[in-house]
Amino acid sequence: MQEYDVIIIGGGSAGLAAAIEAYKNGCEKVLILEREKELGGILLQCIHNGFGLHLFHEELAGPSYAERYLMLLKETKIETKTDTMVIHLSKDKILEYVNPKEGYVKVKGKAIVLAMGCRERTRGAISLPGSRPSGIWTAGTAQRYLNMEGYMVGKRVFILGSGDIGLIMARRMTLEGATVVGVAEIMPYSNGLPRNMKQCLEDFHIPLYLSHTITNLYGKDRLSGVQISQVDERLQAIKGTEKEFDADTLLLSVGLIPENALSLEAGILLNNRTKGPLVTQSYETTVPGIFACGNVLHVHDLVDFVSEEGKKAGYFAAKYCIDNPDLMEETIQEPITVEAAKGIIYVIPNQLYVNKLLEKQDFLFRVNTPLQEATIIIEKDGMLLKTIQKKHLAPSEMEKVTLKKEELEGIRGRLSFRIFAKGETV
Amino acid sequence: MKTEMICIVCPMSCHMEIEQAEDGTILSVIGNSCNRGDSYARKELTMPMRMLTTTVAIEGSLHRRLPVILTGEIPKEKQEEVMKEISKICVKAPVLYQQILKQDICDLGVAVMASRSMDCYENE
Ligand SMILES: Cc1cc2nc3c(=O)[nH]c(=O)nc-3n(C[C@H](O)[C@H](O)[C@H](O)COP(=O)(O)OP(=O)(O)OC[C@H]3O[C@@H](n4cnc5c(N)ncnc54)[C@H](O)[C@@H]3O)c2cc1C
Ligand code: SF4
Repeated sequence: MQEYDVIIIGGGSAGLAAAIEAYKNGCEKVLILEREKELGGILLQCIHNGFGLHLFHEELAGPSYAERYLMLLKETKIETKTDTMVIHLSKDKILEYVNPKEGYVKVKGKAIVLAMGCRERTRGAISLPGSRPSGIWTAGTAQRYLNMEGYMVGKRVFILGSGDIGLIMARRMTLEGATVVGVAEIMPYSNGLPRNMKQCLEDFHIPLYLSHTITNLYGKDRLSGVQISQVDERLQAIKGTEKEFDADTLLLSVGLIPENALSLEAGILLNNRTKGPLVTQSYETTVPGIFACGNVLHVHDLVDFVSEEGKKAGYFAAKYCIDNPDLMEETIQEPITVEAAKGIIYVIPNQLYVNKLLEKQDFLFRVNTPLQEATIIIEKDGMLLKTIQKKHLAPSEMEKVTLKKEELEGIRGRLSFRIFAKGETV
Repeated sequence: MKTEMICIVCPMSCHMEIEQAEDGTILSVIGNSCNRGDSYARKELTMPMRMLTTTVAIEGSLHRRLPVILTGEIPKEKQEEVMKEISKICVKAPVLYQQILKQDICDLGVAVMASRSMDCYENE
């Protein structure tokens, strides 16, 4: 069985950044496995611009951002296999893949990086009422068809969910000559980036129905219309508020879920909020030597953060592989829990090893509701460590806080993050 | 007069406040994290500009469409006209990253370029 230093599963932005960093940090045998015919991941179908402003200080189209990484990759001796699907991963870091050239192969990695990205929630996952005609697509699938194969999936389009992919498709389909009749969002606020609300909906006068959901679908073979209704605070449809639209196409933009079938097979524990692996500050999962980064860990909206995370995971995977921890005398230690308390959905990393604190430790998190004028409160073992004032917070915008090593030193039990909204009493 | 605006130049989406005099002169822009926000706010209130990305037909490659981007922004209301012109473009693989596919589209002084490279590929 072939053995590699680091094997990366998935050749999207997370996987590419991880591979390059592992290679730069002394790993000679690095392998990327990608199931598509080319490397680049989801970026290749995201033809709009807005990628890389933080990393490259330029506003790139998705494919251009991928191209930049592929150029960096060419300067290395990293081995890549495309059209290659990883079908099994085990605790002892042995994985099995299949491809048309080699057939079925088993390889072992001293370290593994999970970078499988995420998948879209489908109508099954959200249970739509009404008949089952054709013309219903997830927004990402429609995006792939249109942007890579040139197929328009419909002419009169309704979109369920105000996530970014849906908004971007609203503009894209409009520019290609379709009519987008409306977008319905069940929450009272939009889940997309403000820039997409403005450029994709407002610019084209596409109506957004907040606190609305689909209550019926019409059509026998092909979709012919949708019915939406307003919802109450418990997200239940209110009778008498129905509105009907003629539409031959419904796009679902109702969320993304990290792709963790392989992680579960390897016995990796997942966080039930992110649906991604539980990780330490080294991006190491609960199985030693297996690391995770990008959308497989938690769903990102900024690719720059994905690359940054991939870079870190690649660095720690290289370190793991070179330090050879199996031979090292481990200081058995319980990790500190990083708690997402009131107002916060999750914090990454979920666990901290005090003996491995970094000079600067980043924490990424999301709030559970939009807020103006709020305070982020960070507590160390129940004592106030830091407060950060924020003018504006929203679930669709990931927040980042950096703590210094000195600030975290001496922590014993728990680091907790919570939100204190304006006007709230203690 | 104060206008609230969200900067859309990058996904950071800074919340800005613009102070204008009676005659429309912009007095101050606050809330932006970088200079691009400032110039966006000024332009958005006078002549709104947008970047445009789309695809063109490509032959002899793995995919049937090649993603393209303009070399600069165009006035918001010109998007439809430019889309029409771009849809007439058809190229053959291989194409280089940032290869110019059409100069001076619709006399707007910007070009259409490939946003990725695309090699030849034998479709079986
Ligand atoms: C539609 C959309 C629009 C976006 N818009 C923006 C934007 O405007 N600006 C911005 O900054 N960010 C944007 N993002 C976010 C950002 O681009 C993505 O979050 C990021 O590219 C994800 O990278 P990744 O490597 O984690 O996942 P992916 O790019 O999805 O890569 C995962 C790869 O793993 C492969 N894979 C999965 N399972 C296996 C397996 N078993 N075997 C082999 N290979 C496997 C997949 O084929 C895929 O190529 C957008 C994201 C989406 C989905
Ligand atoms: S002000 Fe700068 S950082 Fe903020 S959204 Fe605009 S371009 Fe991005």
